[in-house]
Amino acid sequence: MSHRSFVWLCLLPLAAVTVAFFLLPMARLVVTGAEGPQGLAGYLAILTEPRYRATLLNTVLLATATTIVTLIVATVAGMFLQRHRFPGRAILIAMLTFPLAFPGVVVGFMIILLAGRQGLIGDFSNRVLGEKLVFAYSIYGLFLGYLYFSIPRVILTIMAAVQKLDTGLEEAARSLGASPWAVQRDVVLPALAPAFVASGAIAFATAMGAFGTAFTLATNIDVLPMLIYTEFTLAANFSVSAALSVGLGIITWLILALARSFSGSAVAAAG
Amino acid sequence: MRDRLIFIGQFIFTLLVAGFLVVPAILSISAGVTVNYFRGIQSGVTLQWVAQVWELYAGTILLSFVVAFATLAATLVTGVPAAYALHVRGGRLSRIVEEIITLPLAIPGLAIALALLLTYGGFGDFRRSWLFILVGHVIFTMPFMVRSVMAVFATVDIKTLDEGAASLGASPWRRFRDVIVPNALPGILAGSLMVVTLSLGEFNLTWMLHTPLTKTLPIGLADSYASMRLEVASAYTLIFFVMIIPLLVAMQLFAEKEQKR
Amino acid sequence: MSAQAGHGASVRIEACGKTFADGTRALEPATLEIARGETLVLLGPSGCGKTTMLRIIAGLELPDAGGRVLFDGKDMTAVPIERRNVGMVFQSYALFPNMSVSDNIGYGLKIRGVPEKERAARVAELVALTNISGLENRRIDQLSGGQRQRVALARAVAIRPGILLLDEPLTALDAALRDRLRGELNRLLRALGITTIYVTHDQSEAMELGDRVVVMQKGKIAQIGTPREIYFTPNSRFVAEFIGAANIVEAAIENGHLVLPGGRQPIDGDANISAAVAMIRPETIRVLAAESAPLSGVIDSVSFIGDRQRLVVSGVSNRSLTVDAPNTVRAKSGERIGLSISPDAVRLLPPER
Repeated sequence: MSHRSFVWLCLLPLAAVTVAFFLLPMARLVVTGAEGPQGLAGYLAILTEPRYRATLLNTVLLATATTIVTLIVATVAGMFLQRHRFPGRAILIAMLTFPLAFPGVVVGFMIILLAGRQGLIGDFSNRVLGEKLVFAYSIYGLFLGYLYFSIPRVILTIMAAVQKLDTGLEEAARSLGASPWAVQRDVVLPALAPAFVASGAIAFATAMGAFGTAFTLATNIDVLPMLIYTEFTLAANFSVSAALSVGLGIITWLILALARSFSGSAVAAAG
Repeated sequence: MRDRLIFIGQFIFTLLVAGFLVVPAILSISAGVTVNYFRGIQSGVTLQWVAQVWELYAGTILLSFVVAFATLAATLVTGVPAAYALHVRGGRLSRIVEEIITLPLAIPGLAIALALLLTYGGFGDFRRSWLFILVGHVIFTMPFMVRSVMAVFATVDIKTLDEGAASLGASPWRRFRDVIVPNALPGILAGSLMVVTLSLGEFNLTWMLHTPLTKTLPIGLADSYASMRLEVASAYTLIFFVMIIPLLVAMQLFAEKEQKR
Repeated sequence: MSAQAGHGASVRIEACGKTFADGTRALEPATLEIARGETLVLLGPSGCGKTTMLRIIAGLELPDAGGRVLFDGKDMTAVPIERRNVGMVFQSYALFPNMSVSDNIGYGLKIRGVPEKERAARVAELVALTNISGLENRRIDQLSGGQRQRVALARAVAIRPGILLLDEPLTALDAALRDRLRGELNRLLRALGITTIYVTHDQSEAMELGDRVVVMQKGKIAQIGTPREIYFTPNSRFVAEFIGAANIVEAAIENGHLVLPGGRQPIDGDANISAAVAMIRPETIRVLAAESAPLSGVIDSVSFIGDRQRLVVSGVSNRSLTVDAPNTVRAKSGERIGLSISPDAVRLLPPER
């Protein structure tokens, strides 16, 4: 057998699996999206139908807020951990990264334990303020859940990027008279920009598409994945849910593709 | 003095973030072994909830392992040769193929699950078997295996090793067996850890693809969160932690070892 | 096998060109013959097509349609490398990190189904030949660059190949080691007496190792000849300047003399042309007193190199002339000196196309 045909043979199983169980179903999904009573216009419903549009806006806002807060929190913590050596540092890093493999459902449960009816925060506020603070089942709980989900990932990316920074650049800036603040602003943060874009895009896309957390926390939070789920299972509205999922898929794919073309590195959403 | 204050400020901030992540996990673990969570740990320590979870949900745990290892087998058999082919062949077509197989990372699992349901939902026997879940997991984890193996190929210059073995008379299959797979081992291992971990925790796809008779662990978890008392849900989560944390630690150690090489 | 012919196969490549998928022409169609037992060096700057030619001979690259590769007169063009019985040393050595030194050396024999005992004997023989005794059980990442080079060579030779192919085998090493291994490699290749094709960009490697040298430029063969022919009678300015140091002088010709600003220089051969580009090697120029010499100029700079000194002299030709003088000659910059060049040291280059 020639090397050429061997290489093709190596590719064959993957090609078969991908075509049968990914490309074909995705094509079917796209077709189904246009099979509703409105036909192809069903795709526009995401933007024209007020209820869908509000949900989309809600989801985008939530994902944006998650991304911004995660980036700030992870940058402060990640930079601190990469730049200082102190006893207990390894444990702290382990604590910050161990929720990495938690599925969305588990994250949802963590939020319930924090801010649910029997949650720690409610308990605490009950004792201090005499009022039980319960917000796990609202959009704030979901926001907290997405933070819980994104912070470990983004911290890892930022730490790796900080480690790769050439400290010579900072020393050069200081030798030219820059203050510590100016060094951060002019040298460090610009050098971290690709990491911000890459990890920010992942956080955003993940928050857009995450389903497990929302599913665990509640039934009446209006985010796109929950809408798709209820349209499909409760309303049996196949064409609308297909159109909405295609729209959601395009948005997340586009965000990640844009981030990748900017930062040049591989960018992928998680869980 | 000022540096000291900045250091302490950052330290406390980082500690708070770590607390946010760790405290609920600790709450969950302690709730899982507490007789009555509402009354607190004073009510006593017990394994009754864990036992109850085992009684109710042992099937889901077993199925999760079956699915995870079947997913691993499928990604190994299809992903490793494909990673080799994509690396050696190079060029535009390979990049397009790579792009397509990584799409499941960019598209929410919900959309993929819907697509699978709309296409194969009508095939009753397939739809009802755990193989339906397997298919979703394979599509979702494949890019991790392929990429992790390709990353190793890029660092060991597998193309030249392949040519070296060819110059000594080895056939393509022989080269794959003697030279390519042994040298891809670090990537295969890293990819395998990733695939098993992700498959064990997968919920988004699985929730849509499962049937009452094909429930995996995360499905059982969601079920217990919705309908069981907090102690049972916590004990179940505890079992999940026990399964997943060794994998995470192994992945971390592995990454560190690779970095040192 | 005739006594003077050595071992291995003869190679003939016919009209072998290579155009890559993206349209770049790496190699213009070339024809070349390599005798049994001969060591042929492909020499040229990077991107000249020498490695492409080697890879076509190896079977790692297919020539464009019309090209043929023949071993001992047999058409091998469509035969993949694993069935060509060639031994190849790669620039990066391509040693298998998952195998020990002796497993690497014995791998080709294992593929050929050689019994283990026989294999071990052959491996031991090569370990001794390439001076790597004691390293047999080492892992590849425990070897130095020079040791890796020897293992790669031993592995390529172990299978008793018909043709030995070496792709810049010394380039990955540092300069001092390179010089030492070059001498060792030379002795080894002579002892093996096998047909060898050696790719390098280093002219001193080409000079020392090659029975014949093929100088390549931009995908074309610029000149083929023995090292001496290439050095003393280059057929183009490119070859003259690529091999060793060369002064290139443009001048009018009158009565068998180059007419230069610094005097008249006699030349050999028929002088039916009115102007020429000539090459003069720096070491062929003698330094004399200014008044008694046919040529004279002013010293711009003197660099003491140790075994000789290099003078840059202006005013002799249209551009400054480099002269290698014995280290005993007293020379100072700014001084006027005389030069003399033997007529047979002046090589007229054909006009550039």
